[in-house]
Amino acid sequence: MSNPYPDLTPSVIFGLGWIYMILFLLNIGWTVRSYKSKQHVRLPALLGGMDVPTAGLWALYAVMLGIVAVAHFTGSNRPESFLLRMPLGAKMAIDSLANPVKYFTLSVVLFVAVVYYRKQLVKPHVAWTLLNLSLIFMAVSLTDWDFRQIVGKPDNVPIVAMLFIVAFFTWLYFKRAVDNDERIAAGRPLYEQEDNEKVLVWPDLVYTELICMVVLTAVLVVWGILLQAPLEEPASSVKTPNPSKAPWYFLGLQEMLVYYDPWLAGVVFPSIILVGLMALPYIDFNKKGNGYYTFNERKFAILTFMFGFLPLWVAMIILGTFLRGPNWNFFGIYEYWDVHKLEALNNVNLSELFWLKWVPSSAQGLPVAPAGADEGTKFLVILYREWLGLVLTIVYVAVLPGILAATIFRNFFYRMGFIRYMVFSNLLLMMAALPIKMVLRWAFNLKYIVAIPEYFFNI
Amino acid sequence: MSVGDYIRESQIWKSIFRHPAPVDRRNRIVVMLTNFFLHLHPVSIKKQGIALSYTWCMGGITFFLFLVETITGVMLMFYYRPTLEWAFNDILALRDVRTLGIMREIHRWGAHAMVITVWLHMYRVFLTGSYKPPREFNWVIGVLLLVLTLLLSFTGYLLPWDQLAIWAITVGSNMARATPFLGYEGPGAQLLNVGGFDLITSGSDARFLLLGSRFVGEDTLNRFYILHCVAIPLVVSLLIAIHFWRVRKDGGISQPL
Repeated sequence: MSNPYPDLTPSVIFGLGWIYMILFLLNIGWTVRSYKSKQHVRLPALLGGMDVPTAGLWALYAVMLGIVAVAHFTGSNRPESFLLRMPLGAKMAIDSLANPVKYFTLSVVLFVAVVYYRKQLVKPHVAWTLLNLSLIFMAVSLTDWDFRQIVGKPDNVPIVAMLFIVAFFTWLYFKRAVDNDERIAAGRPLYEQEDNEKVLVWPDLVYTELICMVVLTAVLVVWGILLQAPLEEPASSVKTPNPSKAPWYFLGLQEMLVYYDPWLAGVVFPSIILVGLMALPYIDFNKKGNGYYTFNERKFAILTFMFGFLPLWVAMIILGTFLRGPNWNFFGIYEYWDVHKLEALNNVNLSELFWLKWVPSSAQGLPVAPAGADEGTKFLVILYREWLGLVLTIVYVAVLPGILAATIFRNFFYRMGFIRYMVFSNLLLMMAALPIKMVLRWAFNLKYIVAIPEYFFNI
Repeated sequence: MSVGDYIRESQIWKSIFRHPAPVDRRNRIVVMLTNFFLHLHPVSIKKQGIALSYTWCMGGITFFLFLVETITGVMLMFYYRPTLEWAFNDILALRDVRTLGIMREIHRWGAHAMVITVWLHMYRVFLTGSYKPPREFNWVIGVLLLVLTLLLSFTGYLLPWDQLAIWAITVGSNMARATPFLGYEGPGAQLLNVGGFDLITSGSDARFLLLGSRFVGEDTLNRFYILHCVAIPLVVSLLIAIHFWRVRKDGGISQPL
């Protein structure tokens, strides 16, 4: 009996062979590059403790990849007994570690690590090693049926590519910024100021543009030939797919729906993101860093923007695309998308915590308006029921900016002036609202801070 | 006299191109000033302003993808009818029958790529501080173009009229139902009533405005088709023109004046 969801098939093995072949060739190129640079590295004492050329190590690694590639090309006829695959134990370990809490925490930790270790990260050998590790992890993961289903979907291919492209450009930024920061510290001219005489647009720019257009056209045509644009069954308003997902670039917003109601996650926060982006040049009063890459001269701005773009936007899209399955449940990357997977949802509102747990005398329940009360009374009772959440919310948006202005943002407050500072601090607090609600949910199962379903007003 | 020279000396050639071949310094300057397609550029430019490791070329790529989407989109319009009867079948025909069916692939992959490149363009502009004075307003226009790019992609998502299309649009547009005051499940919508009649109902709220209907149906298809093919591209074209013009007037892509 054949498995309907085979991890390995002859064509998968053969295709992976090509991936390893490409990696082999890339690393041959890298070996040549290291050979020319004549760098040496000291082996650990356990291995003899001698100096060896780095090129030698890369050559060894490249040859290994070559052998792996050949093994894939020649061993594709017996998929059941093919050994080079993700071990079941590793898959289960990774899947069992996977949940939204760890995912988000890990992405923040990764972000902090990238910033903190930027000087190490920008070294070519470090970057190349990380690239190889991630590509090999991808290749080995592709031996899993479930991983292939989600990553190999034609519409998801650009998202996988985006992950690598964003990582590359973030790396490139840090490379240039670290270089410039060292130049500034040493009093040398910026990289952008060296070799910056004027050149004629014809030929220097128009030819670049032409080549760029030709290459891009070729890429699009090849991409179009290799991958057919998907077309599912004809639309049917009675057959709801599970999961139902918004277009991929909105999946970060859809992920927010786990924590906030649609009026916030789908309307208010997206609007604030856009207003915030537009307000950005008028908020940032720092005159430095205009027209060159730097980190040290604009730490706050760079960190804020990057935090918004990397963990809160790109990582949330990856989460929504690859890790959210039926019923918007979280699934590990090697996990089967089981429609019947159950996740306990016993979240409580702040008002319930307050009236039922924290105030012993009101054990009979939440305050309710007496039967037959008019609208005004009902409204006041609702306000009374939710008073703690309302107060906290008002403190958060109205009082906290003032406290911050008197303490850690004192300098900003003086430099920006009242209006500019209020806009800035409120935007920042709105941005922080998502991680704050996430942590509250994970730590206390908190559903709503203010819960007024009577008026669709839940925060 | 070679054939090339003969052609370049002919009256027809000279009437089309207002400049001699750009082979020497003088004519390389003249060509930038006298050619319609090239006059967008300055004549000379700082070397770092065109270095790929500095610019990442993402703005240019986004514009190029916009042109690709326009051309392939116009070609697709010849074969596509936005009606419940034909929409899906016309796409099916593009895949199976039409000679230039690959236009749909290029259009779809180009659209995904454009969303990514527009983000990367914004990322680079931020990281080089290029939004700082005097370019604040051009950044604002850029944010508008980002929104419109997403809306172009969003409206295009519906047109194949398959399961992926209508449910992605259903999920996306359901958000409009929760718009404060203007969505009938939004906070405050109940307050907008006159003499007991609700002003905001499922037939008059923000979602209805977007869909032209209470659910994603033929009216929505028509609405999204016109937005996708005519309305948004017109606005985008205007904003792109302003965006580029401001780059020139503000003294290049970055650095203080």
